[in-house]
Amino acid sequence: MKTISRASRRDFLKIAGTTAGGLFIGFNWFSCDSPKIEALSTDEILAQAKSFNAYLSISPTGDVVIYSPNPELGQNIKTSFPMVVAEELDADWEKVRVVQANLDTEKYDRQLTGGSGAMPHSWERLRKAGATAKYVLVAAAAKTWNVPAEEISVEKGIISHKNSGKSGHFGEFVAEAATIQAPDEVTLKDKKDFKIIGTPVKNVDAKEMYTGKPLFGLDFYREGMKQAMVQRAPFGMKIKSVDDAAARAVSGITDVVTFGTSVAVVGESTWPLMKAKKLLKVEYEPDGTVESSADHDRIFADLMASGKAEVRRKDGNVDAVFKGAAKVVTAEYQCPFLAHSPMEPENFFAHVQGDKCELIGPTQTPDRARQSAAQILGVPAENITVEITRLGGGFGRRLRADYIEEAVHISKAINAPVKVTWNREDELTGGAYRPAVRYRFEAALNESGEMIGYKLRGVGMNAGNSTRENNFPSGAVDNVLIESVNYESSITTNAWRAPITNFLAYAEQSFLDEVALEAGKDPVEFRLELLNRAKTNPVGELGYDVDRMIGVVKMAAEKSNWGKDPNVKQGFSVYFSHRSYVAQVANIEMQSGTPVLKKITAVTDCGMVVNPTGANHQVRGGIVDGMGHAMYTNLTFENGVPKQRNFDSYRLIRLKEVPEIETHFLDSGFDPTGLGEPALPPTGGAIANAIFSATGRRLRSQPFIEQKEFSDIKLEIRRA
Amino acid sequence: MANYNLKINGKSHSVDVEDDTPLLWVLRDHLGMVGTKFSCGIAQCGACTVHLDGKATFSCVTPISSVGNSEVTTIEGLSEKGDHPVQKAWEEVDVAQCGYCQAGQIMTAAAFLEQNPSPSMEEIDNAMNRNICRCGTYHKIREAVALAAKSK
Repeated sequence: MKTISRASRRDFLKIAGTTAGGLFIGFNWFSCDSPKIEALSTDEILAQAKSFNAYLSISPTGDVVIYSPNPELGQNIKTSFPMVVAEELDADWEKVRVVQANLDTEKYDRQLTGGSGAMPHSWERLRKAGATAKYVLVAAAAKTWNVPAEEISVEKGIISHKNSGKSGHFGEFVAEAATIQAPDEVTLKDKKDFKIIGTPVKNVDAKEMYTGKPLFGLDFYREGMKQAMVQRAPFGMKIKSVDDAAARAVSGITDVVTFGTSVAVVGESTWPLMKAKKLLKVEYEPDGTVESSADHDRIFADLMASGKAEVRRKDGNVDAVFKGAAKVVTAEYQCPFLAHSPMEPENFFAHVQGDKCELIGPTQTPDRARQSAAQILGVPAENITVEITRLGGGFGRRLRADYIEEAVHISKAINAPVKVTWNREDELTGGAYRPAVRYRFEAALNESGEMIGYKLRGVGMNAGNSTRENNFPSGAVDNVLIESVNYESSITTNAWRAPITNFLAYAEQSFLDEVALEAGKDPVEFRLELLNRAKTNPVGELGYDVDRMIGVVKMAAEKSNWGKDPNVKQGFSVYFSHRSYVAQVANIEMQSGTPVLKKITAVTDCGMVVNPTGANHQVRGGIVDGMGHAMYTNLTFENGVPKQRNFDSYRLIRLKEVPEIETHFLDSGFDPTGLGEPALPPTGGAIANAIFSATGRRLRSQPFIEQKEFSDIKLEIRRA
Repeated sequence: MANYNLKINGKSHSVDVEDDTPLLWVLRDHLGMVGTKFSCGIAQCGACTVHLDGKATFSCVTPISSVGNSEVTTIEGLSEKGDHPVQKAWEEVDVAQCGYCQAGQIMTAAAFLEQNPSPSMEEIDNAMNRNICRCGTYHKIREAVALAAKSK
């Protein structure tokens, strides 16, 4: 095994020679002990002090291996990151192999999946990774052929010199390139010359997924490992007593381990564990507040009326303007807790050996997994390795390390490698939910129907700041008061795809429709009036780009034929989140007196689209997600325990419940931003506004199907 | 514990398990065939779909004692080289996001098209409605099933 030398110079890119036929190019290498690299038999690695996080290696055969550092959970980063590297390298995509990198905080920064932030964070870094490699390969060819580098061109992994007629593939120049020092700065391609970026490149794991190869954490098995399932306490409770006799008596159960408020059954295979877990007799007692949904309704009402709130934004004088208003519009909106319910339940492998620990599985934050394990074991983080498998969905759930911590506790207790598996009931009752939130909006209108005052108070259950105070319509209204109240619930919460905005957008965009109606204005015109105000004479700080928002509003109105067909009842919604702008229009057609939701048109400005297939996927998936949870899904509590425990009562949207979705992308010329989240927030509002337009019923709570306003609306969903 | 002889993907397998062990866990834990996925465990989501004598079946609620002499086909055995028309259509349409449910989706689609080689879009919708995709790839699923039907 070869060791890799430590690089020490900053702002410097060096390429190390290889003895076994591989050129390795990387960034920010200060410690390079990854077994993957050793497997490549690389002698030396280069380093550059800039915080780059991508790397690639090229074999003498011309094959290119690109490591993708960020966890892949369906956002398609494992395909789109390497596309960016390969673009600047001018690689032949057919010769690119993609490998998921393990956690390495010294090689990579921001090795996590969350906040739709990977692409904007890494765009330049990935491009430079590819461009720098290309530079030295070209320099190597120039030296070999004794021609000026400027006369050399590269296309699809082939380096050519037109005048001399010489050409060769990347692999032929690997050895020479390894001796050349790269510059601090490289010239990146003009976007118009992109050949891979902007094309529909297929999922790099497709074949493995469609033939049943082990890819996911739950698929990981190792000879000799134990399996475990865990019984957790209801929220606000702790263990009073454990009777594990019946569970231990199940054939195949080897251990029962109690830690914290959890009891784990350990055995050789999953089915006996499922049976044994049901036979555990655990008595619990209160340890804090034990809450039911009825308590939450009361708490919402109390805190909405409370004099105490955190003021998030204050412009002008709302008291005066509301007193003198021609009209005041007020409405309250509420959403329930929601589980993330990724199709692959939580699971993780841990092997604690002395002061070391090996972790393998699906996580959105491998570094948090490592830190958590280090803390439990009382060892330095460097003693923990984390291998990232493909994730069967995440939606924010796998930002938490609770299920990983369980594996560490159990492995330590039984002194053996173990894989913890949650079942669906564990997943729905295991906490870290999208917080329940209630909003109260108030708008003051003057005689000409202009919104001159705007108030928002959000009350959230473990939601932190439940507002986005610098988002639209802030900046477009003279007098604004935005407040947030947080209630510390015993029910745990966590980021859930498009945190806060996944419901705030629906509430706000529905409310703005209510205001437009009271102002006697068309919903699109009303929004454009506000945006024009924010553009020409902005009030205070703006967290969004007014022009880009106007861009998607106008294009969505155009693409959806807004207001043109009296038989089509439409609902409009627009939202800015995670650096991207998305406007959506829902179309409901009345057919024999029945409202039929037929289509959602979406216009997205996420800057440049890296992979049109992936972008379409994220927009449509976000809309299906936003629609499903707005329409159908509820999570309610009784004495600290969720009532919905599996997909028979926790209703997820199905294939027959999705309308046609038409997607458009507005090319604003900006660098790409992420798309895992931004298409979700506007959807609920577009649908609710269309339902109002078609039926006159205003839906102010989710899920829609459980609201009394919806009870006699026989909404059908049908594609054209 | 009892011994069961199973016919899976054209091969014989013998396992020693409790009678009530679901086929899903026999495949995954005892035979190391992990292409068939666990998700709900109560026949609601279809991630665990396999074929029993060609019929799409939820393996998570199929006790091993009920399998008998039925031919079991899993995603690993749907085709030798991953080139079943449904698999090819899934690749062509680039269906997956996270990909976890897709083996079950493919197995449902393959059994359906065996019975109904030229379905209408409505029939496709009805057939595929039994499988959940949390990422919301439903548009691509129906597109891929329709493509597979055409190319069969």
